[in-house]
Amino acid sequence: MANKQGSMKRNRAISNFFAYLALVIIVIIWLFPFVGLVLGSFRSYDSAVEYGGIVDYVIPKHFSLDNYRFVLSGQTNYIRWYINTVVIAFFVAALQTIIVLCVSYALSRMRFTGRTALMRFWLVLGMFPGFLTMICLYFLLKEMGLTQAGAIPGLILVSVASSGMGYYVCKGYFDTIPKALDEAARIDGASRARVFFTMTIPMSKPIIIYTALVAFMAPWNDYVFASYIAFGHDASYNVAVSMYRWMNTGDYQGYFTRFCAGGVLVAIPVTLLFMFLQKYYVEGVTGGAVKG
Amino acid sequence: MSNASGTGNKKNPVGNFFSVLGNGIKDIGVTFVSGDWKTKISYLVMGFGQIMRGQFLRGGMYLAVELLFIWFVTSFGGQYFAKLGTLGIVETTKKNRTTVYGDNSFLILLFGLLTVFFIIFLIVLWYMNIRDNKKQEEILKSGKTLPGNKADFLSLFDSNFDKTLLALPVAGVFAFTVLPIVFMICVAFTNYDATHQAPTKLFTWVGFENFRNLFSFGTGGFGSTFLSVLVWTLIWALLATFIDYFLGIAVAMLINKKGIKFKKFWRTCLVMTIAVPQFVSLLYVSKMFDSAGIINGTLMKLGIIQNAIPFWTDPTLAKITIVVVNIWIGIPYLMLMATGLLMNIPADLYESAKIDGATPWQMFRHITMPYMLFVTGPYLLTSYTGNLNNFNVIYLLTGGGPKSMTYTGGAGGTDLLVTWLYKMTINDTDYKMAAVIGIMVFVVTAVISLVVYQMLPSVKDEEGFQ
Repeated sequence: MANKQGSMKRNRAISNFFAYLALVIIVIIWLFPFVGLVLGSFRSYDSAVEYGGIVDYVIPKHFSLDNYRFVLSGQTNYIRWYINTVVIAFFVAALQTIIVLCVSYALSRMRFTGRTALMRFWLVLGMFPGFLTMICLYFLLKEMGLTQAGAIPGLILVSVASSGMGYYVCKGYFDTIPKALDEAARIDGASRARVFFTMTIPMSKPIIIYTALVAFMAPWNDYVFASYIAFGHDASYNVAVSMYRWMNTGDYQGYFTRFCAGGVLVAIPVTLLFMFLQKYYVEGVTGGAVKG
Repeated sequence: MSNASGTGNKKNPVGNFFSVLGNGIKDIGVTFVSGDWKTKISYLVMGFGQIMRGQFLRGGMYLAVELLFIWFVTSFGGQYFAKLGTLGIVETTKKNRTTVYGDNSFLILLFGLLTVFFIIFLIVLWYMNIRDNKKQEEILKSGKTLPGNKADFLSLFDSNFDKTLLALPVAGVFAFTVLPIVFMICVAFTNYDATHQAPTKLFTWVGFENFRNLFSFGTGGFGSTFLSVLVWTLIWALLATFIDYFLGIAVAMLINKKGIKFKKFWRTCLVMTIAVPQFVSLLYVSKMFDSAGIINGTLMKLGIIQNAIPFWTDPTLAKITIVVVNIWIGIPYLMLMATGLLMNIPADLYESAKIDGATPWQMFRHITMPYMLFVTGPYLLTSYTGNLNNFNVIYLLTGGGPKSMTYTGGAGGTDLLVTWLYKMTINDTDYKMAAVIGIMVFVVTAVISLVVYQMLPSVKDEEGFQ
């Protein structure tokens, strides 16, 4: 008996050893690109010292802050692009959250004619690829003067306008709040609006943070639409549009390290914010997954 | 109108629609005959009856909408609506170096459609106005009084709160999703492309010609390219969904394993790929696999290979590399989700299995996997359709390349239908074919969603795992 227990312990130790080994390998693979990105950002682009393009080693031969100096110096519109992105992300997060809350409450709590028809219709609409409507949206915005120089408000408008369709996770959350609470308040004479503002919203902190966080992070990756709407107007670009050129356009050879520096500056605040609010993100993702 | 009453089958949505429509029309007629003069005038002047009965707010709204509509059609929409049949016939010409602009087919189609939508909207509102009149008459006849203007307004925050909440979102979705989608569906039936660009050139209706082109397999036809891209899109979504799914669960179980310490640390490291914006991380990763990049460079220095591996320039290898990189993106999401769900599996299931002498593998096969599949069935479906349209990963890694000699329409070796659609819009300005591809994407997504949804265990048997 004692012998058996001993062998079990040994088995457990061996399997744990392999589990740790696997985890260490996984973590190295997962973090390697980020380490490479940060190290790359410290490599000089001065051709007298080192090449600023793509090289086959990770650790720079000469550490320097040249790239950071370059992106922050005003030789390019980098600071402008950065501010553009922050502005878009901020407004989209705020307005999208408000709209999603309104739609979710109405669909979760109220029963009106056309409710299921609306939900079904939006579900079908969601099956069309988003880029299909790109040309049409471009001309719609152009009619309103919201392209090129006005691309920033234009992008905010487009992202916010259709956000009502993304109510699933939030409605799922509202569905879990007992209806009896609403009814009790309404018997006491509170109107629907009062219940919504003073009861439902204060109880929905996790889902509000989740919605805002997801909405805030999306504009940082928005390449397609942003590049189409701001086409040719450098000052209206966001970071994704402007820095994509540094990587994939022939005119920008040797901009690789500058991309790394710019990328690090973008990644740091977004990553910190995400890590800080991770708990809410996990709740939202898990809840959304189960309800589908 | 009489066809409506014939369809008695309530479960048939089309029949249902016609019976509702028929009843509505009957209602309109009966109300007109039996209604008082205030109601009768309301048929022409919307809101008249309401105003005469003291509900100024409600009646005023109806009247305002009607006036706005008339103003819109006469001053703006009508001219476009009238040309909707031909999309314009006056060519843009040049006279003595000054351009004389003719019809703009694009704006005719766009604003013509907008007018059509407004007309439908007005008809619905007109009907609601009649119903409202009828209801008011009934209330007055029964001796009750109508709610005052203030009560009417306040109901927008109580019993009619849904209208207040949904007005703006629905309007937004209409203007920036419904209208553009209907517009693009129409474009699929026109010859709008690089040689028919508004405002200098007209475009017009061509019927199903573009769809015929999509399925024509001769030279210049889109048939073979479309099939290849479609097959790759379907395979890609399958691989991206399921490889990530199983590996993600495996990693989650590895971290959850008894005796493993620093669980939070391992998770945080993986979550980095979600936290860092994809355009930064994916562009960096794509350059890692470059012919001069770190991976090829290291392998060459170690003497394992002589020439750089063409990760992005060989079509087959590019596809494999994309799937592999996508694992790097996908696992953390699944890991987060699976971690929460794995903890929900009742522990006594494992206990009793252990007593029965089940091996860990058997427990995984017969408890963990069935549970996970049951719970995450809907997620797998949305994840599959999401991957069908996974633009970012493909575009940031390869841009849809490598370029292909055998494909038409500018498609590349790793192009999905959506990235192909994007290229057609941006590079070739072949809007008509882009619209056709967009419709095909919709058809594929809708068919898969419908078919798979019916097969999901959690839909077939809701109580299955409770």
